[in-house]
Amino acid sequence: MTEQQTAVTEPAAGPGRARLTPGLLIEAVTQGSPTVITILAIFSALVVGGVLIVVTDPVVLRAWDSLGYAPAAAFSSTWQSVAGAYSALFEGSIFSPATIDHAFHGGSIAAIFYPLSLTVYLATPLILTGLAVAVAFRAGLFNIGATSQFIGGAIVAAWLGADVSLPLVIHVVVCVAGAMVGGAALGWVVGELKARTGAHEVIVTIMLNYVMANLLVYLLSGHSLLQAPGQPNQVGAPVAGNAVLPHVGGPPPQADVGFLLAIGAAAAVAWLLSRSTIGFQFRTVGANPSAARSAGMSVERTWVRAMLIAGALAGLAAATVILAGASPPPPLAPSTPGTYGFDGITVALLGRAKPGGVVLAGLLFGALNAGGTNVAGITSVPTDIVQVLEGLIVLFVAAPPLIRSIYRLRGAAGTGIEDFAKGWNG
Amino acid sequence: MTALTTAIRLPRADVRGYLAAGGFIVLGLIDIFVFSGLFSTGHHGDAVFALSLPGSGIQVPSVHVPAPPTALALGLVTIAAGAVRGAADLRPGTIELTSLRKRLLIGIALIGSLFALLCWADASNPVGSMNLIDLLQGTVFAAIPLVLGALSGLLCERSGVINIAIEGQLLTGAFAAAMVSSAVGATVGLWFGLLAGCLTGGLVGALLAVFAIKYLVDQIILGVVINLLALGMTNYLYDRVMVPYANFNTGNFFTPYKVPVLGDIPIIGPIFFDSSVILYIAYILLIVIQVALFHTRWGLRVRAVGEHPTAADTVGIRVLLTRYRNVILGGMVAGIGGAYLTVGSTGQFSTGISSGFGYIGLACMIFGRWKPLGATAAALLFGFARQLGQELQLLNVPISPYLLAMLPYVATIVAVAGLAGKVRAPAADGKPYIKA
Repeated sequence: MTEQQTAVTEPAAGPGRARLTPGLLIEAVTQGSPTVITILAIFSALVVGGVLIVVTDPVVLRAWDSLGYAPAAAFSSTWQSVAGAYSALFEGSIFSPATIDHAFHGGSIAAIFYPLSLTVYLATPLILTGLAVAVAFRAGLFNIGATSQFIGGAIVAAWLGADVSLPLVIHVVVCVAGAMVGGAALGWVVGELKARTGAHEVIVTIMLNYVMANLLVYLLSGHSLLQAPGQPNQVGAPVAGNAVLPHVGGPPPQADVGFLLAIGAAAAVAWLLSRSTIGFQFRTVGANPSAARSAGMSVERTWVRAMLIAGALAGLAAATVILAGASPPPPLAPSTPGTYGFDGITVALLGRAKPGGVVLAGLLFGALNAGGTNVAGITSVPTDIVQVLEGLIVLFVAAPPLIRSIYRLRGAAGTGIEDFAKGWNG
Repeated sequence: MTALTTAIRLPRADVRGYLAAGGFIVLGLIDIFVFSGLFSTGHHGDAVFALSLPGSGIQVPSVHVPAPPTALALGLVTIAAGAVRGAADLRPGTIELTSLRKRLLIGIALIGSLFALLCWADASNPVGSMNLIDLLQGTVFAAIPLVLGALSGLLCERSGVINIAIEGQLLTGAFAAAMVSSAVGATVGLWFGLLAGCLTGGLVGALLAVFAIKYLVDQIILGVVINLLALGMTNYLYDRVMVPYANFNTGNFFTPYKVPVLGDIPIIGPIFFDSSVILYIAYILLIVIQVALFHTRWGLRVRAVGEHPTAADTVGIRVLLTRYRNVILGGMVAGIGGAYLTVGSTGQFSTGISSGFGYIGLACMIFGRWKPLGATAAALLFGFARQLGQELQLLNVPISPYLLAMLPYVATIVAVAGLAGKVRAPAADGKPYIKA
């Protein structure tokens, strides 16, 4: 609702529109267009995150303790603490000036692009789980279960990849398709339960996350289906060479075909939502289920379809991790699903449930994750700071009135994220 | 018209009838062929159920049950229940069942099969015997965070604010309680820890309240985002503070306190009156909230705000103030539940210690129809599912512990799917109130 309103009142705000004059640009900034709000939200999250870094840094706290006789030291150590963490974040995700220097002195040129390729590599599954959440959002469903759908896809992909042998191209295609089916099956359960019994998807998806996490460990232990033969640990068998997604190029961990799959999936979802009948039904049911029913649409069937597609996208995300181009791909383990599913929620919210937005948000979070490992490696700040930043960004993005009042923007009041999710009474 | 509706309705009833009757009969067959142990080796003899904890004051003699015949008999009873249900559903006119009797039959089938399972598990284990007191005590313990989470949820939702952030309130409450109790130390520290958990939960509640009520953010999304933030924040602080400085996570916890007279009653005493002090706080909160919501003017006002805020506003009830107060109070209650996870049980905080309890508490609230006592019954059910999985693991039952660990989560899905549509949330739940 708000999205459309802002689009009507501020035609200049949207990207790609004609004649972006300086006047309109200033207006977009002072009125707080969605893009401006997003940028300010990210900035605010970095500020709050910076405060958190400082107040938990023992070096800084000690310096402030002796503020009386060394005031300069207190401020400089504060600055060093925050700047150190955030520059490590940047160098780990975008590029590090040191690598250029190395390249001039006989180092590898490819190393310059290593952080960027890591960002792209880590962004790939996030874009896909983000799409899985976004598609469901558009049909009025809150899919917190991307984790379970991811695991469903991962189980199938790992099984097909390790225990089946097929010719070169066919094997990887079968594995990717199998992963999508595995994810879609989990999504289907959620949609079908909601359609038939009215069970709220938020609870069902959360519970399925725990069920599937336990199932994954079960399958990986005690000589079950997926455990690598002769392996006492909970580790899957390595995926066969034929089942690995080919590289696109660049230095390791190079972007592989997975990233192209993610971009392709985003384009497909964009087409589906804006150009197809099914997508129209999704949006109508999402906006107003009773109106959709009056218009003769089957709300229940739309829910099931939306969850099927969402599940397939999360399964595809699993394929890009299990069949990853890093050679050899890391075998399936209980930790493989990680936080991809929940990160998908934040990515979808930050991208405002639009495919293009999800791709950008996925890249941002991929960069944060890539940088996070570097932060933990160089400074004393744990990599979990990235999780905090992500949560803060989305919290601020969700509340434009807050951002408006902090930065004294004039724009119309309104909520940031459309009412995607429905309460218990449907 | 009538013909048309019956033509549409009949097949669905048929399917349900087949499913119910078939389900019962399958359960009965499992009882007979698996749990009786007559058709396999090594599962014979008596099942012994201990009815008192070792070392407790009054010892109640253990119950010996001949496992194979019991399981066989229970299996036959379950099959009979299935036959009755099937006849009632599929052959109209033979037997008429009221919905109460249908539920009774479901109860007989499930409890019978459960007991057959226990007989089998117990008889197959040569070493120990199953301690029923331990099972039920564990059930109550596992239910404590769920009850407090559900109470938090219903305090918020009765006033019209959806609280998905219970999980985050539990998690931050658990963290704060562990940290403060460790830092202060000794028994006094525990009380400070409990207070800190309560206040931190309230703080998360306040965050939810401000964003939901003032900034009108979609409450379901907001709750999930707050949970993610709480997880990230506690993970970060755990790595940054608790890992390098172990004196902030010493594992300080309340030793169980036995209530003087009640605690000595055989069977009931150890289950309900010999536990950490947080269980007794939960009893008090449960009674206070139940009475306050349904028998006081305050409760009537809260429910009015949750059902019809405009009407409540018209008669002079301050809608937003009521909501702020309830959401913060709810956060504090969940914070106590979080404190239970650390200072109430093992003491130490570990990352993600709330492991979905907040969401299960939410399901308990729905299952219990937004009523404190109903939510408690649901919480006991999930607590039982959880504890049963752990007890069976101790008895070396040949079922993977990971499959047993799924029990409470599967039970939640079944409960929500079986009940949804038959429950109704407060009418204004999740809808922000904007004064016209």
